[in-house]
Amino acid sequence: MGKVKTLDDLRKMREELKSKTALRDKSEHSEGMIQVKVAMATCCIASGSRETMNYLADELDKRNIEAVVTQTGCMGYCYAEPTIEVTIPGKEPVIFGYVDEKKADEIIEKYIRHGELVEGIIPMNYKNIEDTTK
Amino acid sequence: MSEYKIHALVCSGTGCRASESDMVVENLKTEIAKQGLSDFAQVVKTGCFGFCEKGPIVKLIPDNTFYTQVKPADAREIVEEHIVKGRKVERLLYTDPDSKEAVNDSKSMNFYKKQIRIALRNCGVINPENIDEYIARDGYEALGKVLSEMTPEGAIKIIMDSGLRGRGGGGFPTGLKWEITRKEVNEQKYVVCNADEGDPGAFMDRSILEGDPHTVLEAMAINGYCTGASKGLIYIRAEYPLAIERLKIAIEQAREYGLLGERILGSNFNFDVELRYGAGAFVCGEETALIHSMEGLRGEPTLKPPFPSVEGYLKKPTNVNNVETYANIPVIFNKGAAWFASIGTEKSKGTKVFALAGKVNNVGLIEVPMGITLREVIFEIGGGIKDGKKFKAVQTGGPSGGCLVEKDLDTPIDYDNLIAAGSMMGSGGMIIMDEDDCMVDVAKFFLDFTVEESCGKCAPCRVGNKRLYELLNKITDGKGEKADIDRLINLGSVIKDTSLCGLGQTSPNPVLSTIKNFRNEYDAHVLDKKCPAGVCKSLMVYEIVEENCVGCTACARACPVGAISGERKEVHKIDPTLCIKCGACEERCKFNAVIVK
Ligand SMILES: Cc1cc2nc3c(=O)[nH]c(=O)nc-3n(C[C@H](O)[C@H](O)[C@H](O)COP(=O)(O)O)c2cc1C
Ligand code: SF4
Ligand code: FES
Repeated sequence: MGKVKTLDDLRKMREELKSKTALRDKSEHSEGMIQVKVAMATCCIASGSRETMNYLADELDKRNIEAVVTQTGCMGYCYAEPTIEVTIPGKEPVIFGYVDEKKADEIIEKYIRHGELVEGIIPMNYKNIEDTTK
Repeated sequence: MSEYKIHALVCSGTGCRASESDMVVENLKTEIAKQGLSDFAQVVKTGCFGFCEKGPIVKLIPDNTFYTQVKPADAREIVEEHIVKGRKVERLLYTDPDSKEAVNDSKSMNFYKKQIRIALRNCGVINPENIDEYIARDGYEALGKVLSEMTPEGAIKIIMDSGLRGRGGGGFPTGLKWEITRKEVNEQKYVVCNADEGDPGAFMDRSILEGDPHTVLEAMAINGYCTGASKGLIYIRAEYPLAIERLKIAIEQAREYGLLGERILGSNFNFDVELRYGAGAFVCGEETALIHSMEGLRGEPTLKPPFPSVEGYLKKPTNVNNVETYANIPVIFNKGAAWFASIGTEKSKGTKVFALAGKVNNVGLIEVPMGITLREVIFEIGGGIKDGKKFKAVQTGGPSGGCLVEKDLDTPIDYDNLIAAGSMMGSGGMIIMDEDDCMVDVAKFFLDFTVEESCGKCAPCRVGNKRLYELLNKITDGKGEKADIDRLINLGSVIKDTSLCGLGQTSPNPVLSTIKNFRNEYDAHVLDKKCPAGVCKSLMVYEIVEENCVGCTACARACPVGAISGERKEVHKIDPTLCIKCGACEERCKFNAVIVK
């Protein structure tokens, strides 16, 4: 992408980027891909999140499940690392803790394939700035 | 396979497991099966909700019903009423402590307001290596608005009105610092981001840089526009390779998009950012030492004034702010100063990120509004003390801070209250200690760190801290005398009063505050030659209780130094002169015959 020359350019760009992800979230057909975010900060990597990420990416591919696996920053649940967040189109994101290869396999087979929750969910316990309407 | 329509999430964290949540899970499963609903409702064990005080927790989705203190016997009612008939079990609902009303939807529980993510808003949400994701979440909007709609004075006024104070430790009003730098007349000024983060156990800044590097770049550019600086420098320790990597990628992408560089977003404003690496000395986090280190000189502090805002990097006016301080800036412009100022206490606005460490169940990174109490942080968000032990103290402010105790648990956390309580906010490390921690040993741990990290420039810090450390060592070795405690207090006060920089001026705090709060523990070490927590090895004596010993010889075989003697079926004996206090015998004995005194 080229340079962003004005504030209006930036805003237009944001709308495009936003609608892209929103579309991804909502659509029911194959375009709406499953998103897997792996927390990849120094703390998580030390507890094996890189292996988890590689495993997830490889296995989803092997099992022909269309999904995007991306990395993100520390989610704050360091006691339960590696942590991942899975968003199935049309559903609320779910965070799983202690995701080693075995757990990752279970998440793929049960949650991603069948929408069945598996043990080890971490309940979110914070507010984002969007939720603070004061 | 059909999808489940109802999920029953049952907390299986340490706290709730201790109150039989496993049985709740079993009973729920059985009851659901009895009703023939095994395909309809699924029971799932989850991690800690951070609500352990009211555990076990059961949450039903999709309707977000939050049941507290659920007993195994309640499973039947939950299944028959809620899952079968769709009626909530009123008596188990969480009641709001203020309104005294039952809360139906957990989203409206006050508890979820206990953590508000402002500085960490994008951490764990966006891909830090993709600028598009930052832009999609309002990234660079604040910079655009400031450049096209505001004067530097006007923008600084917003920061002043927000009440934001420096998150690097001192709590200096950020808007005021920017104004001082702005007022200096000079053709070249600098904006610096302090990413040295030397506190043991702290990783707030690292997580922000790793999870959301663009927010820091955006804020530095805003700072540059406000203060009249065209150059930004990030001073980061070389031990943070991942943060460095992500910053480099972020800087590249921002340049590519024209969000750093010349004539940003069509304005006349030019700004670029470079990285400078530190070797990881704690003292280099002090702003004057940091500046000297960037100049290629020894990382030693110099006397203030002149403050960096007046005379800093290469003798030019330099605005130094901390990573977390910067991370708040874009949000303040996007959501408004009044919004920001509505969070927190009278003199401390917004939130603070803490790294919870030590003997707490949920070790991790949290962001809470100023004014929250330590009790809420430790017992609710932190999930309480590990293994059901008793809380003893919490150290805030790292090696510069002090310990806070039971009586301080209900004090609202803000800059001024923590100082009044004998500690300080510091950069956000929070180390929790339980009954098994010896406070003299804790003081020694922090002092060991400062002795190691003192730059050696001034005598009180270089020599004084060493002497303090030796005195503590003498006490934990069982050689302390009564006068040593007074010596610690006197010497500590002198070091505080006469040291040149913040390191020495605060280094005796852990010693002084542990003496203040745990004088009896110091006395026990000095007068009775005992370590009540059983940590200081020199003060421990292993003995065998005659009545309990059956003469099984297990201990004698376990002892690596052959300090235990005794015939089979006879009482054994430990030779204290040979014993190395490893505890192997105590671990091995099945009859509780070995005791530590
Ligand atoms: C010994 C010592 C170490 C410090 N270490 C840090 C540090 O690691 N990070 C930081 O931001 N500030 C540190 N500071 C505070 C800085 O000197 C300075 O006040 C701060 O970077 C200013 O930014 P703020 O106003 O945004 O907090 C330290 C101060 C002292 C005395
Ligand atoms: S305490 Fe350790 S060293 Fe001492 S007697 Fe027992 S096993 Fe041996
Ligand atoms: S252990 Fe259940 S809420 Fe913390």
